[in-house]
Amino acid sequence: MSERILSVLVEDKPGVLARVASTISRRGFNINSLAVGPTNIEGRSKMTIVTELESVEQVKKQLNKLINVIKIVELDPDNTIESEVLLLKVSINKDTQTSVIEKASLSGAKSVDVGQDYAVFEMTGSSKDLDKLENLLKPFGIIEMIRGGRIAIQTKL
Amino acid sequence: MSEEKLSGAELVVRSLEYMNISTIFGLPGGAILPAYDPLYDSPIRHILARHEQGSGHMAEGYAQATGELGVVIATSGPGATNLITPLTNALMDSTPLLAITGQVASEAIGNDAFQEAYTVGLTMAATKHNYLITSAEEIPQVLLEAKHIATTGRPGPVLVDIPKDILNQKVEWIEPKLIEMPGYKPTLEPNPKMISQAAELIKQSKKPILYVGGGIIHSKANQELFELATKFKIPVVTTLMGRGAFPDGNELCFEMPGMHGNYTATTSIQKSDLLIAIGVRFDDRVTANPKFFAQNAKVIHADIDPAEIGKIREPEVPIVGDAKSVITGLIEKLADTDLNTSDWLNELNQMKKEYPLSYNQEEKGPLKVPFVLEELQKLADDDAIVVSGVGQHQMWISQHWNFTSPNTWLNSGGLGTMGYSLPAAIGAKAAYPDRQILALDGDGCFQMTCQELITASTENIPIKIVVFNNGNHGMVRQWQKIFYKNRFSASELTHHTPDYVALAESMGATGLRMIEKSDVKKVFEKMLEIDDKPVLVECIVDPEDMVFPMVPAGGSNDVVILNEDDLKKL
Ligand SMILES: Cc1ncc(C[n+]2csc(CCOP(=O)(O)OP(=O)(O)O)c2C)c(N)n1
Ligand SMILES: [Mg+2]
Repeated sequence: MSERILSVLVEDKPGVLARVASTISRRGFNINSLAVGPTNIEGRSKMTIVTELESVEQVKKQLNKLINVIKIVELDPDNTIESEVLLLKVSINKDTQTSVIEKASLSGAKSVDVGQDYAVFEMTGSSKDLDKLENLLKPFGIIEMIRGGRIAIQTKL
Repeated sequence: MSEEKLSGAELVVRSLEYMNISTIFGLPGGAILPAYDPLYDSPIRHILARHEQGSGHMAEGYAQATGELGVVIATSGPGATNLITPLTNALMDSTPLLAITGQVASEAIGNDAFQEAYTVGLTMAATKHNYLITSAEEIPQVLLEAKHIATTGRPGPVLVDIPKDILNQKVEWIEPKLIEMPGYKPTLEPNPKMISQAAELIKQSKKPILYVGGGIIHSKANQELFELATKFKIPVVTTLMGRGAFPDGNELCFEMPGMHGNYTATTSIQKSDLLIAIGVRFDDRVTANPKFFAQNAKVIHADIDPAEIGKIREPEVPIVGDAKSVITGLIEKLADTDLNTSDWLNELNQMKKEYPLSYNQEEKGPLKVPFVLEELQKLADDDAIVVSGVGQHQMWISQHWNFTSPNTWLNSGGLGTMGYSLPAAIGAKAAYPDRQILALDGDGCFQMTCQELITASTENIPIKIVVFNNGNHGMVRQWQKIFYKNRFSASELTHHTPDYVALAESMGATGLRMIEKSDVKKVFEKMLEIDDKPVLVECIVDPEDMVFPMVPAGGSNDVVILNEDDLKKL
């Protein structure tokens, strides 16, 4: 695996996402996923950035130069729990309805809305599991899909 | 604590006074007007530029000459956008700069109001950091923080954008104090383990080279560098930004390497077995194609900016820290090591004899820039500050001027900004009214910011300007000769327009002209005599002259083009 996961603690100040995004795009870094959200600490947000091995050192160093970036930790893949959320809307008809719902639920997705000709599934899991669900439902006609970006946490203290 | 309330504008001026800022550069306009009112009563000297780009370069010149913060102030919209070039320039050359810009009123932000520009967004990639003020109370604290960020670690420009309503808001002055910034803690002290490893490599090295740059000057580490080099007899090359960090003329100084560096400096790196790189960033103008750069050398790379280390070349020994501490650490660790570099120095000196920098000034022929420079240096003060434009003349100055102390050579190295010279010289002269400040400029560069000559005259800043008039964007012409079959597309300026002497006179300066060899000394003597107003000397020089040595962009430093005949190698 040539992917690397960075957990970036930032000050929750206006423009901080723009600064991080601008640094990444300006330097032409390869970013596979970026997700931001609040943390348990007041005034601090966390970004999970998934990048490639070859750019990871420079990404770390360049982001560290940003005044609003407090700390960057590269997560050890062996001790990391990763998760991502997905919402997916797929076409169904009388013939396919049962098999679509069964397939999705066997993959770990939850059906959150089922209409006459569509079903919406929600799933959280590793991005690989989400990929699998997507591939599984592709033949039935995916109408819309959205993923929330990968977030990760170290398992050990 | 005073009960008295001050406006945001008064807080700006009071904060500048509090930070001991004595001189600022700027140009007013609607959104920043409130700040100009209290400035009227302040002891701070405000120098009114004729264009915001000029004011930015003036602040840079001030900062680069003194090593202290330069301050520039501008209005919103076009005022702020005109600052983008000097801000980027300061970012590239690590110059400590504080830019204060007015912004449209808070409630108008985002509405495309008159003279609104998204200054914080536009300058995000042009500054080390920037701020948008959201309440007047913040002003003293943010300005102090901004100064701290601009002047510490790797210095750079910081911009503070202040909406007009906040400049008018009345609040109490709260004494600012530096509080810890969780995301900003520059590493100054190097890791001792790394210093030991570096010292080991130095001890084993037979052909070490100190490859040093602007970081030495920012860190004021020139004396330590001198001790390190002379005590252990290690030869030194100084990059374009590092000229003056180690004295030219010293037997260990081999001066500038790279694209237009001298043969020995460039080749010394190629032949070296150990690069001791301090305060440099392996710029492409030094390395050419990095694949072929110093292939036989191990690398010790010390820089205050961790992001520079490993960016271009992975070093054997990475050291994050301030140059002064790094060098002091190395001197201590090396203690009384006896490095035997005499063979190596002989080799380099032999090379220097074989491949000297040269030029050919004919008695009756057109003037050559290197000759004119050498004549000028004979007459100029030892502590004169030279401020260059960008182009052929810049390379010739770096090659032929003898720089013996830091902060005496100001130029736009990283960004290569034409138009830098004249305003930067004004900034330097504002800082050092008693020193000779020589703006040595190209005709193309001069035409980019020449209106600042009016600033120099009206503000009584008697700088000396030499315009090397080759009637061309000479460096562009040189490339067109070499790479574009003499097709001189849009590089000709003509020798005759403008009339530089008349232009200087019309702007309140004295204008002089030199055309032939016999003029040079006379005219320069006259130029140096005049001290009550700016003087401009138009120096008409050979348009066909080319800068050598040369390593074409992306080439290998093993193939140095020494002269026109050598171009066949390409
Ligand atoms: C703002 C800007 N525009 C364009 C260039 C590209 N450029 C580099 S050198 C040069 C010519 C400079 O001409 P001049 O000032 O006459 O100097 P000379 O090379 O003739 O000594 C140009 C156009 C630049 N460096 N900066
Ligand atoms: Mg020219």
